[in-house]
Amino acid sequence: MLATLFSLSAALPASVSTDNSWINFDVTSLLQNFWPATFDGLTFGAIYALIALGYTLVYGVLNLINFAHSEVFIMGCYGVVFTLTSLGFGPNAPNLSIWAIIFNLILAMLVGMVFSVVTAFVVERVAYRPLRRRGASRLAFLITALGASFSIQYLIFLVRGSNAEPAVTMFIPTPIFQVFGAIIDSQQLTIVIAAIVMMVATDQYIRRTRVGRGIRAVAQDPDTATLMGVNKDRIIVTTFVIGGILAGAAALFYVMKVPSGVIYNGGFVLGIKAFAAAVLGGIGNVRGALLGGLLIGVIGNYGQLLLGDSQWTDVVAFIVLVLVLLIRPSGLLGQTLGRSRA
Amino acid sequence: MSEPRDEKRERVPVENDPNLGAVPESVPNEGPADADLTDIGPDPTPEADTDVPDEAELAEVLAEAGIDEEVAEAAASEREIAVEVGEKIIEVKAVTVKFGGLTALDDVTFHINRGEILGLIGPNGAGKTTAFNAMTGVYKPTSGDVLLEGKSIKGKKQHRITRAGLARTFQNIRLFGEMTALENVVVGLDARHKTSVPGALVRSPRHYREEKSAVERGIALLEFVGIAESANTLSRHLPYGSQRRLEIARALATDPKVLCLDEPAAGFNPAEKDQLMDLIRTIRADGYTVLLIEHDMRLVMGVCDRIVVLEFGKKIADGSPAEVRADQRVISAYLGEPDDDAA
Amino acid sequence: MSEQTPVRTTRAVQLTESREALGGRKQFLGGWRRRWNRMARWQQWLFLIIVLAAVYYLPVANPWLITTEPGNDFPIACFQMAVYALVAVGLNVVVGFAGLLDLGYIAFFAIGSYTAAFFTSPDSSLIHIPYLWTLPLALGIAMLFGVALGLPTLRLRGDYLAIVTLGFGEIIRILATIIPAARGQVGFKEVGHPPGTASDGQPIFSVSNGVPWYWLAVTVIIVILLLVGNLERSRVGRAWIAIREDEDAAEIMGVPTFKFKLWAFAIGAGVGGLSGALFAGQVGFVNNQKFDVATSMLFVAAVVLGGSGNKVGAILGGAIVAYIPLRFTAIADYKYLIFGIILIVLMIFRPQGLVAAKAHLLTYSRLALDKVSEFRAARVASEQEKAAAAEAAKGVPNE
Ligand SMILES: Nc1ncnc2c1ncn2[C@@H]1O[C@H](COP(=O)(O)OP(=O)(O)OP(=O)(O)O)[C@@H](O)[C@H]1O
Ligand SMILES: [Mg+2]
Repeated sequence: MLATLFSLSAALPASVSTDNSWINFDVTSLLQNFWPATFDGLTFGAIYALIALGYTLVYGVLNLINFAHSEVFIMGCYGVVFTLTSLGFGPNAPNLSIWAIIFNLILAMLVGMVFSVVTAFVVERVAYRPLRRRGASRLAFLITALGASFSIQYLIFLVRGSNAEPAVTMFIPTPIFQVFGAIIDSQQLTIVIAAIVMMVATDQYIRRTRVGRGIRAVAQDPDTATLMGVNKDRIIVTTFVIGGILAGAAALFYVMKVPSGVIYNGGFVLGIKAFAAAVLGGIGNVRGALLGGLLIGVIGNYGQLLLGDSQWTDVVAFIVLVLVLLIRPSGLLGQTLGRSRA
Repeated sequence: MSEPRDEKRERVPVENDPNLGAVPESVPNEGPADADLTDIGPDPTPEADTDVPDEAELAEVLAEAGIDEEVAEAAASEREIAVEVGEKIIEVKAVTVKFGGLTALDDVTFHINRGEILGLIGPNGAGKTTAFNAMTGVYKPTSGDVLLEGKSIKGKKQHRITRAGLARTFQNIRLFGEMTALENVVVGLDARHKTSVPGALVRSPRHYREEKSAVERGIALLEFVGIAESANTLSRHLPYGSQRRLEIARALATDPKVLCLDEPAAGFNPAEKDQLMDLIRTIRADGYTVLLIEHDMRLVMGVCDRIVVLEFGKKIADGSPAEVRADQRVISAYLGEPDDDAA
Repeated sequence: MSEQTPVRTTRAVQLTESREALGGRKQFLGGWRRRWNRMARWQQWLFLIIVLAAVYYLPVANPWLITTEPGNDFPIACFQMAVYALVAVGLNVVVGFAGLLDLGYIAFFAIGSYTAAFFTSPDSSLIHIPYLWTLPLALGIAMLFGVALGLPTLRLRGDYLAIVTLGFGEIIRILATIIPAARGQVGFKEVGHPPGTASDGQPIFSVSNGVPWYWLAVTVIIVILLLVGNLERSRVGRAWIAIREDEDAAEIMGVPTFKFKLWAFAIGAGVGGLSGALFAGQVGFVNNQKFDVATSMLFVAAVVLGGSGNKVGAILGGAIVAYIPLRFTAIADYKYLIFGIILIVLMIFRPQGLVAAKAHLLTYSRLALDKVSEFRAARVASEQEKAAAAEAAKGVPNE
């Protein structure tokens, strides 16, 4: 049994048959595809980071993990797919001018954001606010959030069934330039740049605007903030809405990257990865979410190459999460928005 | 969040112990007042307490509180009763606690002698509770050290500090609401129990022994603070005064060397405060050292042997009640503050 | 821990006291509890025996209206209800007692199932052991996983535990898919069963015959209930409830909170593994399709619905959650939606669940009751004495 527990295959690719081995390491594949995997990982990481921001912001002001955020995101994906489908996008990229494509994508993103924001808003109103009014225990919040998360998932299931939505391809990625022998294409560039722009905007919004100050105040000390005249409920809703907007954007990029990945329970694993990203960077920390997202994306891709199955990315992200919690629970950049302990 | 707490009370149906019938119309909320149920009258001279500074006073206290020696003995069964005001039992050495930019405690040094009642006073926000928290391990001091009987307890786990002999109550009552008064006290007693999880699983002889003594000592402790009749009432259903008393009983249950009380009289009326003073004196007479945070000057001056005054995180005075009362800095710190300011 | 001065008005105190005076309000299924507590010991035992007999007889009786047939075989449905009840009893230790949200319960269930499969199925190349031995083994292995997962997360805030366990639920399923030795969808056939053959040469514990499996499961539940009950009425149970009520205060009162949380988590995981092994035995087949993470949510719903922190409630909740989709097959597809919504509604309107009862935390609770009765009697006596004295005093001038 021990002999088959780990088998290092340096030359042979991993075998996928039902043999009795447990884990196969494929070092060659990792070395050969290192740079493409890195850049691809960064692209995924940018998407995780956008979702992670939703977790981080809500955690900052409520000191709670919003379990339903993964559903906020997946609803955004549905918004994006519906819009694109009705605009005539399908499995094959449409033959449109670049400006028409950009216009359509922005439209889809806006609809995605609306879907996400509405979901986030409803979740806050239905699942969080009544409990907050009553001053319920943390456990109660977690349980309702869980209930909300699964209710939304299975509502989608009820309406759309168990199959993934038909693929929508937005455009064919074209190579732009090469780094370390790896091709960077237009899709990767779009996603990473757009995501980083959105995150910088969020960061600045929280740092510079009045609402942002309110968010930070509530995160630091809700009671004092309320005494100082900050409307806590408003701030909390705003935070959910910002999280929704970012999730809607992430939805567009996710559909761009994984055209056929929109399925009723598809948000779940992404949510776990995004949460891992938020914790890795330091939950409550906006910049940490970016760093964590990118790292989780890259590490997940390496894991996939090394271990041979795309689902390993999920497992690796999870293991990273557990290790971070074990070694440095405050994350790489620490927790800044909120406090570590009430 | 004090508001939700009350709402919770309203929502969850009151549970009553059926075996006792309905809870009587007025559950006693003043301990020693109904201590007459302990049937034994005043017991003027307990021999064990010969070292107490003022014997006559003590006798009076005991008589007033209606607490007989037996009960006190049961409550304190496993401790030697030595009330000498003696060597330093706790030393707080140059402790500084910072919260980000705010220095809540600034280089504070004081000590507590064995067997004394030390008052810790100061205006709101002076850092009194923070001092408790730094001593009991809730916050790790930014610098400085805390010694219990000469050994450093700084940075130790909170439950270890408790077992080392430092127990406390909370300024905002923090009982285990879904547990009865007795069970709350037994949680405190459990700090000295040794039954392991497997032992409890198979009910080892030790488990039975400890459980039995827990109930007996728990009831005795409740009787000591005067709420034995409410032993089987959920603690969140107890009246406010009983909750404060229960906090004291629970802290005493951990068999501490030093008992730290954080504003135990907050919200009490003068009569209740008097009873509390008596209770504190009795606790000391039983051989506990007491550290008392309190705003009510009459109470503090009346009960404390020595007083430490904090202001803005700094110690500004340390001495006998008379000295402190005469201290110019203390007077100016409290200037404008009414004497009877109950938080 | 931010300390606040309690804002207590006299009015608030009065309100509390008047509520106290109101005594026990009527509550759903609450009257039963009161009646139960009033019974003598022998009456309780008699009652228990009757209930137990009825419980054991249930699948054979196959009562009209209650039966899940023709949609689902009733004895097997009973077995599934029993498994859910067992799961709920285990999860109740974690969620109900210690107040920790464990959403990876399906993972421990899966670990138990796979343990049974690995050590009994002919499809596995590991050593084979008798099926019944896999029950404690599954319990032990699941506990180890519980400890491994609890160590990094239990020092942190409760929500970390929740999301990490939720992730773990999914990860175990993924691992079952991508690790070759776990055989993915192909799975393990002919998972073992307890020994014994009926007169017709068929094994007693066959896949199609739910009755013996049900009896086995109920017996396991009873054993686990007794053990959990022992823990509940000890310092362990008190530590758990104290942690649930106020973790910081518990720690300051000398409760090693981390240690007891880890125990709760490990015990919960162990019972999850045990139920998984039972389940695998009855179904006889284990593959990666059986452990949907959404099932974890059903488990939590079972505990919350029944009344968290309460064993009877947990059993009831588990049975209901399993029963509804089996009985009302038309809505079986919507079960996750239904129970998801039930979770929200319950937490908002009735967080204490159907059976609201307090945990019993003292081994000698009767002794405590007696002592308090003594005090009351003493007080009443002394009051009467006083009244008599007052009467006498009044009487004199009147004459
Ligand atoms: N966890 C914390 N984080 C930040 N600041 C804190 C924290 N705890 C206390 N403080 C601050 O430290 C200072 C001292 O507070 P502390 O509670 O010790 O005062 P106190 O003397 O007990 O006052 P009171 O009489 O009102 O109880 C206050 O300014 C308070 O706001
Ligand atoms: Mg204070």
